[in-house]
Amino acid sequence: MDAKKIIMDGTGIRRALARIAHEVLERNKGIDALVILGIPTRGVNLARMLEEKIYEIERVHLPIGTLDATLYRDDLGRREEQPSLKETDIPISIEGKHVVLFDDVLFTGRTIRAAMNALIDFGRPKTIQLAVLIDRGFRELPIRADYVGKNIPTSLKEDVQVHLEDVDGVSEVIVIPKGDGVEA
Amino acid sequence: MDGLLVKNGRVIDPANNRDGLFDLYISGGKIASIEPCTASVGNGTAENVIDAKGLYVLPGLIDIHTHLREPGYEYKETIKTGMCAAAAGGFTSVACMANTEPVNDNESVTRYIMERARGGVNVFPVGAATKGLGGEVVSNAGELKMAGCVALSDDGMPIADGGLMRRILEYSKLFSMPVISHCEDTLIADGGVMHEGFTATRLGLKGITRVAEEAMVARDIMLAELTGGRLHIAHASTAGTVDLVRMAKERGVNVTAEVTPHHITLTDEAVIGYNTDAKMKPPLRGREDVEALIEGLRDGVIDCIATDHAPHSPIEKDVEFDNAANGIVGLETALSLVWGLVENGIISRDCAILRMTSGPADILGIDKGSIAVGGDADIAIVDPGKEWLVDPERFFSKGRNTPFSGWKMKCKVVTTIVAGKVVYSG
Amino acid sequence: MRLKRKDLLDIEDLSRDEIELIMSTAKSFREVSDRDIKKVPTLRGKTIINMFYEPSTRTRTSFEIAAKRMSADAINISVSTSSTVKGETLKDTAKNLEAMNPDCIVIRHASSGGPHMLARYLKCPVINAGDGTHEHPSQALLDLFTVNDAKGRIEGLKVVIAGDIAHSRVARSNIHGFSTMGAEVRVVGPPTMIPVGIERLGCSVVDSLEEAIVGADVVMMLRVQFERLHRPLFPSIREYSLVFGLDTEKLKKAPPDVAILHPGPVNRGVEISPEVADGPYSLILDQVKNGVAVRMALFYLLVGGAKE
Repeated sequence: MDAKKIIMDGTGIRRALARIAHEVLERNKGIDALVILGIPTRGVNLARMLEEKIYEIERVHLPIGTLDATLYRDDLGRREEQPSLKETDIPISIEGKHVVLFDDVLFTGRTIRAAMNALIDFGRPKTIQLAVLIDRGFRELPIRADYVGKNIPTSLKEDVQVHLEDVDGVSEVIVIPKGDGVEA
Repeated sequence: MDGLLVKNGRVIDPANNRDGLFDLYISGGKIASIEPCTASVGNGTAENVIDAKGLYVLPGLIDIHTHLREPGYEYKETIKTGMCAAAAGGFTSVACMANTEPVNDNESVTRYIMERARGGVNVFPVGAATKGLGGEVVSNAGELKMAGCVALSDDGMPIADGGLMRRILEYSKLFSMPVISHCEDTLIADGGVMHEGFTATRLGLKGITRVAEEAMVARDIMLAELTGGRLHIAHASTAGTVDLVRMAKERGVNVTAEVTPHHITLTDEAVIGYNTDAKMKPPLRGREDVEALIEGLRDGVIDCIATDHAPHSPIEKDVEFDNAANGIVGLETALSLVWGLVENGIISRDCAILRMTSGPADILGIDKGSIAVGGDADIAIVDPGKEWLVDPERFFSKGRNTPFSGWKMKCKVVTTIVAGKVVYSG
Repeated sequence: MRLKRKDLLDIEDLSRDEIELIMSTAKSFREVSDRDIKKVPTLRGKTIINMFYEPSTRTRTSFEIAAKRMSADAINISVSTSSTVKGETLKDTAKNLEAMNPDCIVIRHASSGGPHMLARYLKCPVINAGDGTHEHPSQALLDLFTVNDAKGRIEGLKVVIAGDIAHSRVARSNIHGFSTMGAEVRVVGPPTMIPVGIERLGCSVVDSLEEAIVGADVVMMLRVQFERLHRPLFPSIREYSLVFGLDTEKLKKAPPDVAILHPGPVNRGVEISPEVADGPYSLILDQVKNGVAVRMALFYLLVGGAKE
């Protein structure tokens, strides 16, 4: 029954975020015109955690927000049930900004495609960059992440789940056989 | 030889207190003999024999309130299809209402109807009470009577003018014709489309209060009392109407009343889902009304069961509830519906038969409704235990508008005989 | 998540869970209307037909905007009907529409049950935009949404619905909706406008407006529908407004933070005085704004999913 593998613990997640924070700052040469947007659900928490790391380094708060791309998904007409909608909250104009999208797991790339389309309806950012905690492969679209917490080789028979203290009471990344455990 | 022998059947004729296994020998359209099965001899002369073993042999049913639609509305029903429907329902006589086009308010129309109705079940036209059903001038009742009408009624066009109703009740005495009154004060009904109550409120449909009926029943009873005229209340639908008729009868007023099979089997809840096949006037009422109507039927306050057979085409029923025509077909389901009440012990078997045979015959003053030697050989042979499924597509009537579609019913008509001739064989 | 139904015909049928799902979905959609580009591609290529058999500006516009903001192709058909003119029957209309393969039909009809009839003949979802004096489900959902937004809850609230209850589809839908969500509903109006057995829908009946609004959290004033009153149910407009019109004087009986709702269009000075309609606790314009979000939510939940 217990086929779950812990591939990252709380400390591992913190370290990955610290590294990503540095990479973001390095690549953008500072914090000018940076915006971080989390993709619900856990991407929102990760975005907040990333912002905190950057604050620890730079002592400046970056604008953060939430971008739900559900309405832009390409599978809406194909599913039996409509996915439930989450909040979208983009506090400032993204026109000309460097936007870092944060999602928990990068898989097929379809969510990111939807998120980019959604984002462009809000304005024309200077760049869109992608941060993910986990890249598990199996891309179906030509999309890659700019910042990756960890690359994990997986099989399609497995689910990767990111659990975070704020949402799940524990911080860890686990791999479980598909169909086990709670919602992905 | 036109002889017909109906043998081995259980003959039930409560009007003559007869219930037992008898052979009926029919000749010349009349009942020639009624002999206990065991004693039955010398019937070899009959050309035709019907073996009614295990079946009930009843007096042919009589419907005092039918709409045959012809002339004028042949797309809804013709006299022929209506007669076939009647026969299939065990009816041997029907009285047809005057709301045809042209209206049956003169001898030409009456004679036309009777001509078209030759052969098959007996058709007794009801003449219009007012010219053109206009509610303004008393019709030529004498002419109608002589042409063959047995009663007067404006049915669905209630006579709002009380003074006129008085004159009709007075004048019709001359011809001993009952005046059949569809009691509905249309100003009180105020455009309602179903019974006023919780269901109407819930469905957002405009209700018709019971008082719309009862106010006119009370008026007509008082007018009948005043004039000594012969009043018959059509399709009573409320407990209050039953009370009014009961009190009137106790006072000796010359009043009778009918109820339909649907008003004693369904309530206003049948409308739920905007079922236009549950739309009629008077509307289906509440549970307490159904109980009072049945009580009235049991104790004789209600004299007869009448179908108010009202065929419509889908053009008039397959529309929004507000716009749908009133009425349902009833000839082919009436007996089975009433039999359902018998099976459930709600009314007695004899009560059911009386109210569908001698009850209506007495109101119309026709010498029918029982099985007696020398009497008309109008017979319904039924299988009381036989279950059948109501499939409107198989109706003989052109009308498919029934709320009983898909109902499983008991008591199936096997053979209907009118004046010694088999008019239906199921 | 998905509504467990093909059509939205009445609130009476909806469970608490379904109402909550619609409200939470509407919350997400409200933000779309605040964007510069007020459009999402969710229903691209879908065809939504708005069929209005009764005049309507607000509801029809609201459904149309909702459809367009979701990138659906919205087509409006106004059908003028009069019982004397024999036009195409609703059944024929349904068959013709079916042949055009729409993805959703929004229908307003003068007869109670009209949308139900249409829904029986159509494979696509049918949304009732008001049928006769029966129900107006999208209105009740936006009222619930607006109250929930303003008060933070619905459970336990005291809600007064005042006016012509008998002829109001808004009243019926709101009685069902608010009672399903755990509010206490009182209706008040002239006895000629209180239909038989209304309390069995889940509300109490009060005679006096002043009495009814004591302790009320929400007061919903219904529009006096002159067009439905072929025989007046009250002596004069002046008398109606005197006895049942909500003005600042009567409003003093209500708690200071009472929310005022009106489904519109308002007969100013009849059922509600201008001071109250435009007053600080009036949510009338919030209702209009939320109407679009609620209707987008309905389209999302009913139209968006896979076809059978």
